[in-house]
Amino acid sequence: MGALLEVKDLRTQFFTQDGVVNAVNGISYTLDEGETLGIVGESGCGKSVGVMSLIRLIPMPPGKVVGGEVWFEGRDLLKLDDDEIRQVRGNRIAMIFQDPMTSLNPVLTVGRQISEALELHLGLDKQQARRRSQELLELVGIPGAEGRLDNYPHQFSGGMRQRVMIAMGLSCNPQVLIADEPTTALDVTIQAQIVDLVKRLREELGMAIIWITHDLGVVAGLAHRMIVMYAGFIVEEATVKELYSNPRHPYTLGLLGSLPRLDEDRPERLRSIEGLPPDLIDLPVGCPFYARCTWRIERCLQENPPLAFVAHQHKAACWVDVTGVTA
Amino acid sequence: MISYIVRRLLWMIPTLFFVALITFILMHAAPGGPWDRDLSARQVDPRTQELLNKEFGLDKPLFINTEGGNPLDSQFFNYIGGALRGNLGPSYRQRGMNVEDILFKPPEGKPIWNSKFGYSLRLGLLALGLAVLFGIPLGTIGALRRNTVIDYFSLLISTIGISVPSFVLAIFLIVLLAGRLKLIKIVQQDWSSPGAWIVPGVILGFGTFAFITRLTRSQMLEVMQQDYVRTARAKGLSEKVVVARHMLRNALIPVVTIIGPALAGLVTGSFIIEQMFSFPGSGREFVQSISRRDYSMIMGTTLLYAVLVALANLTVDITYGFLDPRIKVGK
Ligand SMILES: Nc1ncnc2c1ncn2[C@@H]1O[C@H](COP(=O)(O)OP(=O)(O)O)[C@@H](O)[C@H]1O
Ligand code: SF4
Ligand SMILES: [Mg+2]
Repeated sequence: MGALLEVKDLRTQFFTQDGVVNAVNGISYTLDEGETLGIVGESGCGKSVGVMSLIRLIPMPPGKVVGGEVWFEGRDLLKLDDDEIRQVRGNRIAMIFQDPMTSLNPVLTVGRQISEALELHLGLDKQQARRRSQELLELVGIPGAEGRLDNYPHQFSGGMRQRVMIAMGLSCNPQVLIADEPTTALDVTIQAQIVDLVKRLREELGMAIIWITHDLGVVAGLAHRMIVMYAGFIVEEATVKELYSNPRHPYTLGLLGSLPRLDEDRPERLRSIEGLPPDLIDLPVGCPFYARCTWRIERCLQENPPLAFVAHQHKAACWVDVTGVTA
Repeated sequence: MISYIVRRLLWMIPTLFFVALITFILMHAAPGGPWDRDLSARQVDPRTQELLNKEFGLDKPLFINTEGGNPLDSQFFNYIGGALRGNLGPSYRQRGMNVEDILFKPPEGKPIWNSKFGYSLRLGLLALGLAVLFGIPLGTIGALRRNTVIDYFSLLISTIGISVPSFVLAIFLIVLLAGRLKLIKIVQQDWSSPGAWIVPGVILGFGTFAFITRLTRSQMLEVMQQDYVRTARAKGLSEKVVVARHMLRNALIPVVTIIGPALAGLVTGSFIIEQMFSFPGSGREFVQSISRRDYSMIMGTTLLYAVLVALANLTVDITYGFLDPRIKVGK
């Protein structure tokens, strides 16, 4: 079975006054039908830019997808004209964003914001769209859905707003739902509710999901497969189980080390990896993680390691074999 | 909502009282009086002045009557009393005319909008209409096509409009259009032809046009960065719909709310333009009443303008409530 979505050597840059920001530096991955793919990495490592490039939501200027291919339903999305890509957006591939407060238009009712995509892509009339919007609000578990269609975003709590966003994203039965840190702005109990909701909806609707987070804990129970990004590169890719039990990249080890451990008596303050990611305007020739890596060897400074298989369904980009180390 | 409006209207009473008081004090602090004449003209003899003072009550004390009887039988409180009954008093200089007649009464057989105030209001509306009609599109396009020729043009225009006073612009345009190009008459006698209104309307509205252009542009630039615009694009909406439904709806809220005060500002601020173009409006009447110390005219016009500004401010708060669902008016 071919992949639903195939990303090949995607590169995105921002042309700013300070120089060219290398936000995404040749990433390749696939997404299968019905699969949930987690993308993790510290903030600023190109997760959002990477997925927004897929449906060409990068602000242009200053941004530009400078290379690569994105194969979806037999077409390269990067080669579609503006009308064609608009028919994909919100329809075949939908996206929801991090901050549900700022991501909804404050002066339009939520009913209007859900129904506009229905009218556009499914050709529903106003009444049909309204009825469908109500069903969607019910689907995502908003109580009193009918009465809430005419409410404005500020009349909802953060968690409820994110449910509205999800309803909006799912409105046209997309093949792929891209969720860009959908729980980051929410508090922990609400996060868990949203994750449960998405799991349920995935079961019912069967869409594939790309779930971005900078928190390895949240995706653990949700994703099938994971991608770890660093400085615009994919540095590791594996199934969830494999990644957590057998991480093969020092950066992933660091991320796992900064997870609060449930087996510790007293949850310690989050340990994070020391140092900062490299300047994306002036990337090093060698491994981008070099400056922060405790495993580094001479070779790392000269050559950037390619992403290569280290085990079955497991790739990592590192010159050193760090097998067997647990965080 | 209703009670809020009533409350705001009631608040206008003390506001207007203080406007009247301050105007009254300043007016009487200025040297001279309504019976003074140009030194070259025939003077009003002292005997007549005394009679006139008596007739108009100008022989009474200014604020408090200490000569026994009613202490409020003074110039100021008699004026307030009259104003409360809708009587703005007789003009001291235009014999036989009441202030409200001068401002609001059209010439014989003409509709109400041919009154002095009607003229000023219409000129203000024209100026505002032009400002909105050109300012909003120019500001919007400037923001959407940032750093292009049209954006620089919109910036240039709005900078000129904000930094150059309207009367300077008026002189410039009069010299250009009337002097050089001979397109218009400097002294326009016939205000019944719509064409005659264009130049004073454009000049009067230019500052507001510049302001609206700049406000629209900066609001649009801000809104364009917002996450919900990205959400709208992610839905696959066309750029036209994104701009009209998602950007403008938000960006124009502050623009719409300044329209009320802008109109008040244009109607009350048109006196220089009216004077320059010999425009038969209340603004020119106001300027002349000041130089002639026509006390009741000064008071009446000032109060009228104060009412306009107060009502304009009230409309801001009310329209805000309608345009922005996050704001609840009347709490
Ligand atoms: N509009 C922009 N202009 C310039 N640089 C940008 C812009 N958007 C993103 N970037 C850069 O791209 C990099 C990746 O950003 P992003 O994908 O948002 O990170 P994250 O992994 O936190 O989602 C960041 O370092 C950021 O500086
Ligand atoms: S390649 Fe070298 S520097 Fe890079 S992560 Fe591996 S060991 Fe560290
Ligand atoms: Mg991000």
